[in-house]
This record gives sequence, structure tokens and C-alpha cells, in this order.
Amino acid sequence: MSTKSVQISDAAPDPIADDLIGAGQEGTLLDQVRGYFSRVRQGEMGVLPAVGGMVVLAILFTILNPLFITERNFANLMTQSATLVMLAMALVFVILLGEIDLSAGTTYGVAMCAFVVLVSVVHVNWILALLAAFAIGLAVGAFIGFFVARVGIPSFVVTLGLFLGFQGLELIIIGNGGSYAVQVPQILAIMNSNLPIWGGWVLLAVMVAITIGTGFWDRARRKRAGVPNRAQALLWAKVGVIVVLGGLAVFFLSQNRGAVSDIRGVPIVVPIVLFILWIGTFVLDRTKFGRYMYAVGGNAEAARRAGVKVIAIRWIAFIICSTLAVVSGIFSIGQVGSVDATSGRDIVLSGVAAAVVGGVSLFGGRGRLIHAAIGAVVISMITNGLGLLNLPAGANYLVTGGVLILAASVDAISRLRSGGSLFSRS
Amino acid sequence: MAEDAPLLELTDVKKAFGPVTVLRGVHLSVYPGKVTALVGDNGAGKSTLIKGLAGVQPYDSGTVVFNGHEVNLTNPRHAASLGIEVVYQDLALCDNLDIVQNMFLGREETSGGFFDEGVMERRTSEVLRSLSVRTVESVRQKVSSLSGGQRQTVAIARAVLKEAKLVILDEPTAALGVAQTEQVLNLVKRLAEQGVAVLIISHNLADVFKVADFVSVLYLGEMVADVPIAETSYDDVVGYITGSKTYERARA
Ligand SMILES: Nc1ncnc2c1ncn2[C@@H]1O[C@H](COP(=O)(O)OP(=O)(O)OP(=O)(O)O)[C@@H](O)[C@H]1O
Ligand SMILES: [Mg+2]
Repeated sequence: MSTKSVQISDAAPDPIADDLIGAGQEGTLLDQVRGYFSRVRQGEMGVLPAVGGMVVLAILFTILNPLFITERNFANLMTQSATLVMLAMALVFVILLGEIDLSAGTTYGVAMCAFVVLVSVVHVNWILALLAAFAIGLAVGAFIGFFVARVGIPSFVVTLGLFLGFQGLELIIIGNGGSYAVQVPQILAIMNSNLPIWGGWVLLAVMVAITIGTGFWDRARRKRAGVPNRAQALLWAKVGVIVVLGGLAVFFLSQNRGAVSDIRGVPIVVPIVLFILWIGTFVLDRTKFGRYMYAVGGNAEAARRAGVKVIAIRWIAFIICSTLAVVSGIFSIGQVGSVDATSGRDIVLSGVAAAVVGGVSLFGGRGRLIHAAIGAVVISMITNGLGLLNLPAGANYLVTGGVLILAASVDAISRLRSGGSLFSRS
Repeated sequence: MAEDAPLLELTDVKKAFGPVTVLRGVHLSVYPGKVTALVGDNGAGKSTLIKGLAGVQPYDSGTVVFNGHEVNLTNPRHAASLGIEVVYQDLALCDNLDIVQNMFLGREETSGGFFDEGVMERRTSEVLRSLSVRTVESVRQKVSSLSGGQRQTVAIARAVLKEAKLVILDEPTAALGVAQTEQVLNLVKRLAEQGVAVLIISHNLADVFKVADFVSVLYLGEMVADVPIAETSYDDVVGYITGSKTYERARA
């Protein structure tokens, strides 16, 4: 922070009470913006590179093929990216601890194989089958957590073992070469049906209401504690961005995009993803569990000495990851419409790549769910955009790999410039 | 007067690792509102002595009287609950968290299960101000962006926030430059002025003579000297540390 940004100007909403040390909250809107850019220059780039990449890709693909920016492709992109977004968000919970879950994809594969066999062969009620799928996710997470947190085996090894083993398990459950159609309309609807038009606007209204609500809640509590608040204009700027971007998206999705029949509305998967994103972010930012995730990821020994139950935190993180991976699996089978023995086999590394592209550190302790989500959208855009250009499949992997390394370099170099070492853990 | 009663009194403390005897019946007194320096050559047993006080490595025998009661320090949580805080040389801060988050790590203020950031921010500010910290610009700075002296400051302030009665500092100035050493030493004095008993380990005798009220010298696991700083000299202390001089207990 520069000294300037802690100076009090007339427009500051609350002057610094008594003799408090600044918290970067003080000053006018302009001071805040300046503070933000000085933090960016210090290497706290956050979501900036990924958002920048997203914009560049969107412009590039639109120039190369105007079909990219159509209503239909926009909606396609949302459903195509949903599975990866969900898996990348699941992975954030273990990556924040500096751990990895290479089996997240095959975990959902096993859970989905079990689900589809239970529904189609055993004829179990689909809700019970779904609960069984979640129970599998939970059990796998607990299993990994036990070996990593209690026994002390590196998560890379434990989950690599499961990654290999679960491919076998999928084969055993489904049978070699077998494939089952998903016969549950509710699951198919998640990816193939849309909210009514008004539903999209209600969704936007709820998001705006939550933003304003938490914004004022925070302000009220800071005021009660006697510490200064940010300029209120900042909150309204945030609301403005949500209204404009969200409004455009909902408007766009409210146009007919069907070739033969009339298709319009926000895909059902969108509110589900937004809800999980919001809950997860709330927990990570505002609860002890969330804070301890960051603390353990930053310096596990310091966290332990401060009284944090490090083993429990690790354990829970793996359980959350595997359980959220099952949600990703549900999206995946809803989109594909069938399950075979390769379900979830190829996606996990894309999930890790998405998190890194979005700005989540594999060393642990740094990153947010929104980062992983945006990273996943960027990677999905590459697949989608190159697909529209009819390039050979090889191009997709090459470009994705290049973007991953580019993103990691941008991050590392920005940190280097700000005085950290290339291998700094912070 | 209560002022003269030690907050902490160790009597005949012994500790051995297998055949290696590290502490051979150590006596130590630490007074509230005073800075006691613990000095001694490498391997004299200083770290072993404070690990026992922190509860991480219990003594084999001997008595520990804290605040008038005999206590058995067998785990860190017990030591912390009595009001004993150790600021380790590696500081144990989370680089990826900011000052407020580090200060309150493990004891966050919540209302209704969610953080009350305002309250934590205010308390952090107040504690730093009570220690006359002027070098920290924002309490929301990430610890990774702080200098060595500022990090030491945060670690010490955390002990103050916990309302520790006894703060033990293991070589707090070892890695610091001149100006930052000065800052930290001032902080140590400020801590004692607040009535806290401070036990500071240091290899730097110049620092010891600047802040300490008492100096206790360990030599090969024995407490060979225990003097008010005003009644001794630099050369004497060097002598006690190297074993070339013996301290006449009768004089004390
Ligand atoms: N866990 C242990 N097992 C065996 N020996 C130990 C152990 N811990 C310490 N020692 C020995 O005890 C002696 C005293 O160690 P200690 O770390 O207490 O010294 P110190 O005074 O802190 O030294 P320094 O100034 O180098 O930090 C040393 O000879 C050391 O090798
Ligand atoms: Mg030592």
C-alpha cells in the first residue's frame, strides 16, 4: 500500500477512528483503485490474467469464426464448461493445502457407473442411486484423507493409485466395452433444459440482492467495530458490473437459439454451479474452516502451533473434493447422456490445469474457487473455439498446454518482479 | 512485595537424551515486568530449557513453579493456557495470510459462526499501537511482504494479544539488521513495561546489555551465573559463558 492510499480525504466515508493503523479500506474510490493496482503490481494478480485471457480468446475466436459469438454457442459453452468448472472447484479444496487428487475424475467415474447400473440394472429409485453415488464420493474422500492425513503417504501417490485402480473398478462395474444410457430425465435436464425466461432474471436479481445484502452486512459490522469502511461507491460499482454483465448474459440467453424448435433460457446447470460457488466461497472466506484451509496450505507447522487441527482439516478437504467431484460427474453424464467404463478418465489433469490457469497455486495457500471456475471456462473456450475452426484434435491439446505454461509464467514472473523468488511458496 | 516474587521459578531441572545429559539441575527465576536474558554457548542447553517451558519436551525431573503454583508442563496447550507463549526463531507465521489473520489464527472472533473482521482488525491495530509499532502501514498487509523485523513484531504482538504472562523469545534479533534489531529490542522493553515477564535467548551480548534486567548463564547444562545486569560487566558474562570465570553466588 502506498502512503497516499491511507490518507483521509473529505470523501472518505468513515474517517480513521482514534489512532488505528490503516487497513487499506480508507480513502476515496480513486484511492481504492490505486491501491488495487499497486497490489497487482506487487504480484497479487488474482483473477486478472485469466479474465484477460478469456477476453483475448473471445475476440480472437470471434474474428476467426463469427459463429463463436452466437447465442447458441454461448449456451453451448456454458454447458460444455460446467463439468470442468465443477471439477476444478472441487480440486481447489485439496490444491489449497498443497495436495493433489489425481483420482477426482475416476472417483466420479466409479460413482456414475454405480449410479447408472443401480438405476438401469438393479432398478433402484434414481434418488437413492444418486445418494449412493454421493456416498461413494464421500467414502473415497475419507479413504484418501486417511492415507494422506493420518498415515502420511503423499497425496500424489495415494490418488495415483486410486486413479489406476478406479479405471479397473469402472470396467468391472460396467463390463468391458459396455455403455448404459442415462434414463433419468431429471439428470439429463440439468444439462439440456433451461430455466424459464423469468427464471434467468430472478437468478440475476438474487445475485444482486446477495451482493448488496452481504455488502451492507459487512459494512454494518465494521462500523460497529469502529473500523473504517471502503467507499460505498465500490459496492455499487461491483453491483453495476454484475447487473451489466449478468444482464447481458441473461438477455443473450433469452433469445431463441434453436434451429428447428424454440430454445431459450439460462441452462439449469448455471444456477447450480453459481450456488456451489457462492456457498464454497462463503465458507472459505468467512469461517474458521476456510481460514484454516489457507493457513495449513501456507504453513502447516504454524497452523499446528496456533492450535489448528491440521489432520482434520486435511481429511475434510479430501472429502469435500471427492464429493464435489461427484457433482461434476452428474453434469458429465447429463451432457453425454450415457456412461461407459472410461467415464472421468481424461478430465482430471484438465481440472488441475484449469485451477492453475485461473491463478490457484499448486504450492497451496493461494487461490479461490472463482479462479478455478474462470480457468475452466478459459480451457473450455479453447476446446470450443478450436472445434468451430475444424482444426485437428491435436491443436486443442497443444494450445491448452501452451496456455497453461503461459499462465504459470505470468504468475511466476509477476511474483519475481515483486521481489519473491521464482520458487517462493507464497 | 509481589513485585519481587518471580513469576516463574525452576528448581533443579534435569533433562537427558539417552546417555547425553543436557540439563544438570538448572535453577532459573523470571520476574514479571522484567527482561531476563538466557545466554550460553552453542549446545549449552538453552533451547532444551525453553522447550520444557513450552511443554513440547517435558523435563525429566525438577520443579516448575508458575504464578505461585507448582505446574507440570507436559503439553503445549497446557503451557499456553497458563499464559506461557514462545516466539520461536522460525516465527511460525503464515506468509499467505495478512497480519490480522496471523494474529488471530486459531482464535478468530466470530459472530454467528462467521468472522467479525472489523473486531479483529481493531484489536490488531490496538495491540500494535500499544507496543508503539510505527513501521506497519496496513494491518491487511500479507506477512510475505513484511521485513524480518516486522515479522518478529507480528509474532510478539500475537503473544500480547493472547494476554501472555510469560513471553519467551528465542534469538529474536539473530537475523536482523541494525535498525530492525533496535526496533525489536524496543518492543521487548515495551512488553516488559506492560508487566509481562520476558525471557529472551540471545547470542548477542550487546543486545542483552541493552534490554535485560537480569542475565542467566548456562554452561554445559548448568546455571553458572544469575545476576542483575547492573551488577555485572560484558567481560564477566563472556567469562561465565566460556567457563573461564566463575560467579560467586554469595555476592548475589
Ligand atoms: N532431541 C535431542 N536428542 C539428543 N540430543 C539433543 C536433543 N536435543 C538437543 N540435544 C543436545 O543437547 C545439547 C543442548 O542443545 P540445545 O539445543 O538446548 O543447545 P542451545 O543452547 O540451544 O544451543 P544453540 O545456541 O546452538 O541454539 C546439544 O549438545 C544437543 O546436541
Ligand atoms: Mg538453540
